[in-house]
Amino acid sequence: MSDPYVGGRVLDVVRAPAAVLSTPSSDVDPTAPEIVQLAADLVATMRVSPGCVGLAAPQVGVAARVFCVDVSAHPKTREHHGTFVLCNAEVVEASRNERAREGCMSVPDLTGDVKRATRLVVTGQVPGTGEHVTITADAFEARALQHEIDHCSGLLFLDRVAGAHALHQRQTYL
Amino acid sequence: MTSHAITVLGHDRPGIIAETTARLAELGLNLEDSSMTRLRGHFAMTLVCAGDAAAADIESALTGLTADGTLTVTVREVPEEDAAPTGGTPYLLTVHGGDRPGIVSSVVGQVAQVGGNITDLTTRLAGDLYVLVAEIDLPAEVDVVALEGSIAAVATTLGVGATLRRAEADEL
Ligand SMILES: [Zn+2]
Repeated sequence: MSDPYVGGRVLDVVRAPAAVLSTPSSDVDPTAPEIVQLAADLVATMRVSPGCVGLAAPQVGVAARVFCVDVSAHPKTREHHGTFVLCNAEVVEASRNERAREGCMSVPDLTGDVKRATRLVVTGQVPGTGEHVTITADAFEARALQHEIDHCSGLLFLDRVAGAHALHQRQTYL
Repeated sequence: MTSHAITVLGHDRPGIIAETTARLAELGLNLEDSSMTRLRGHFAMTLVCAGDAAAADIESALTGLTADGTLTVTVREVPEEDAAPTGGTPYLLTVHGGDRPGIVSSVVGQVAQVGGNITDLTTRLAGDLYVLVAEIDLPAEVDVVALEGSIAAVATTLGVGATLRRAEADEL
């Protein structure tokens, strides 16, 4: 199958504190050419970033509810859906919280312990066709989806850290 | 621009942090890193702030805190430290078991012996249960399996349980 996200450009990743990271993004028209291009750009930027399993539009400075995810190569992954982009995504079901440590390209010096659901149902639209899809995710893919959907709502993992001593200075960079 | 390390220790009550930070703000000092917790009910805060005030001026600005004699404040000028990552691997060490003298020193001694650096530490005594959680930065050349073995040996001698696990964050 051919790669549906061709022609993506590698964009600069915005770091906190940047207003765009703390502002809820707007809904998008998934069939608009600029959104199709943005989807490809997000995937291209994710692919050149070592260890990156997801990237949301606010992280490249665009306040749009679009993100990409690809956890297929991550050791904590169980089920996964490969590389995909969702527009206007929403969590419709979340259960079985687990706590784990997260990092984010937009907050490179810190990590934090965050509780996330390990069973997740998300709805959203596919860029290009605008088709409505429902995705059922578990384990690490569920965590990645929640992290990216949070970005689209103007939330960072810092907003969800499990306690005052659950924030850590990073010791190693990828 | 100089940096100062300030400690505030003593009897806990509402408003200690509010008062401390208000006095520092009035001096134009910028609160950088800080850590506060309660240790057996005692208020314990350490912070580093940057600005142009002298240590003596900071001390006198904070005298209101020590007026009733239940809090101790220290102010020290400290040099700029390099906060850059060390390139080691982060691990989390948990030790728990019946309280007895020497748990921390024996276990942590094994970590120090291989050049491991503790970057964060909490110990709590809850009834007879003693718990230690430490964030450890291990240099790349450390034989982690051997370290696990030496920690396990010390733990067995002390009659406590110990686990060492990777604390690496998942990039999202
Ligand atoms: Zn992120």
